[in-house]
Amino acid sequence: MTAPVIDTARAGAELSEGLDALETGPLEPRTPRWRRILGGGLPAVFGLATLLAIWLLVIAVKHPDNLPSPGEVFAAARDQWDRGRIQEAVRTSLERGGLGFLLSVAIGTPIGLLLTQVRFLRRAFGPIITGLQSMPSVAWVPAAILWFGLSQGTIYFVILMGAIPSIVNGTISGIDQVPPLFTRVGQVLGARGFALARHVLLPAALPGYVGGLKQGWAFSWRSLMAAELIVNNPVFGLGLGQLLDQSRQLFDIPSVLAGIITILAVGLAVDLLVFSPVERAVLRRRGLLVTRR
Amino acid sequence: MPTFTSSRKAPVVRPAAGTAAVSVRGVTKRFGRGPVVLDDVSLDVAPGEFVCLLGASGCGKSTLLNLIAGLDEPTRGQVSVLGHRPALMFQEPALYPWLTAAQNIELALRLRGVGRSSRRSEAARLLELVRLDGSGGKRPHELSGGMRQRVALARALAQDSQVLLMDEPFASLDAITRDLLHDELTRIWQEVGVTIVFVTHNVREAVRLGQRVVLLSSRPGRVAQQYPIDIGQPRRIESPDVAEIAVRITDDLSREIRKHAHAPAQVGAAGAPPQPVPAQSGAARQETSS
Repeated sequence: MTAPVIDTARAGAELSEGLDALETGPLEPRTPRWRRILGGGLPAVFGLATLLAIWLLVIAVKHPDNLPSPGEVFAAARDQWDRGRIQEAVRTSLERGGLGFLLSVAIGTPIGLLLTQVRFLRRAFGPIITGLQSMPSVAWVPAAILWFGLSQGTIYFVILMGAIPSIVNGTISGIDQVPPLFTRVGQVLGARGFALARHVLLPAALPGYVGGLKQGWAFSWRSLMAAELIVNNPVFGLGLGQLLDQSRQLFDIPSVLAGIITILAVGLAVDLLVFSPVERAVLRRRGLLVTRR
Repeated sequence: MPTFTSSRKAPVVRPAAGTAAVSVRGVTKRFGRGPVVLDDVSLDVAPGEFVCLLGASGCGKSTLLNLIAGLDEPTRGQVSVLGHRPALMFQEPALYPWLTAAQNIELALRLRGVGRSSRRSEAARLLELVRLDGSGGKRPHELSGGMRQRVALARALAQDSQVLLMDEPFASLDAITRDLLHDELTRIWQEVGVTIVFVTHNVREAVRLGQRVVLLSSRPGRVAQQYPIDIGQPRRIESPDVAEIAVRITDDLSREIRKHAHAPAQVGAAGAPPQPVPAQSGAARQETSS
């Protein structure tokens, strides 16, 4: 009687192991970094090259007076760079945008959490916040100028009004997307109140929240540019918007285009270097990243 | 035999001899002004017993499990459970995807109040118990469905409850994996000595696993019949012994379902059943008058 029992036990263990091996299979190797960069980079280079080609074509076929060639824009950018103006403007704008973004996160996250917890407040303020999110934050500039004058205060106010609604809504949608079963399991395991929020709700809401942060940054950057264009006195520091506006006043079209391209490049770089890697890491850890084939 | 040392601080009602691990007394459940879901259900489960609750849709088996788990309150009647909060497993493993398999178990230990130093070794022991000692560092999406459900079982056992409630835990697994998990669950139940209340709509699964099968009628849910299963473990789901009892239970279940063939879709409190069902094993047959 005893011998067969041991055999059954071992057979069971082997069966279990065999089935696990069959069902999981060999782990797919992660795509090497250089291939990912190449895979994402090559099409991007193609896109840029196409735009450049169209630009050159327009200039070759019919040279409009007010459209400089890529070469002229590049020369203007290099001139600004040599005078240290681009570096200064990028640094100033990134500081403002970064600080405004962090302030928005610090204010928007608690508001979002509060609204998910108190149904009445959510019903009361949810629609207003969604409305604010779809409102261009430039619309706040006149009011901000009357309240804060042509100052840094105006710039930050406009950033906050642009970014906070995105972050509030990102926080809310992150929490809303938490599967109810996760909460139930947490309760069964004995997590209540703060422990439930800390161990279950907040980590489960992270992907949606990171998406909200990403959008919040985009809104911060846009609002900042709008504010800098209007609060254009470089006494408050030379940002990219001020640089752009100065070039406009000098009818320096190549520098204007160089400024626009710089604004685009900075926004893109922050997304590619900061938010996308964080988002990818969060999704990959959870097996939510679909690998392209 | 590995013992589950109890480290809980909550006051535990010491079981007197013969005390039930789960005691459901005259429980009626109704959600708001909706139909009666459970109608005067009484059920006792002895410590260490493995009971399967069986019934068609609408028998309120999941509602009953929620009441025992303390996630909901009965409208009338009493539910008492030995020890503290019972562990509960669902059809979905519901592992937290931001944690590894081992961390999922460690979180359950942490919420139970186990100190940091012993969490890791305890989680390793539980992983070994469900035969996943090599997979603790994997994340849920890297595991197969059967492996995930075993991690969920280990996490439930990490609660060190005297009662483990299982709500159709194997319903979404393929047949081969399910057979294997039946063997594993039986082995673990025998090793750990935990009380199990297992909800299923699969008759042969109920007979394969349970020491006792409780058949519930539907709309409203009542205890229709109880069947002791006197076949030694380990059983095989395809054995003639299991099949024979399963045939009998299936016939009774079919009779329960046929009662609803001409009934209006929603009856708040159904009238007297057309034919009384003979009670076997002298156990609770619920005659309700309403």
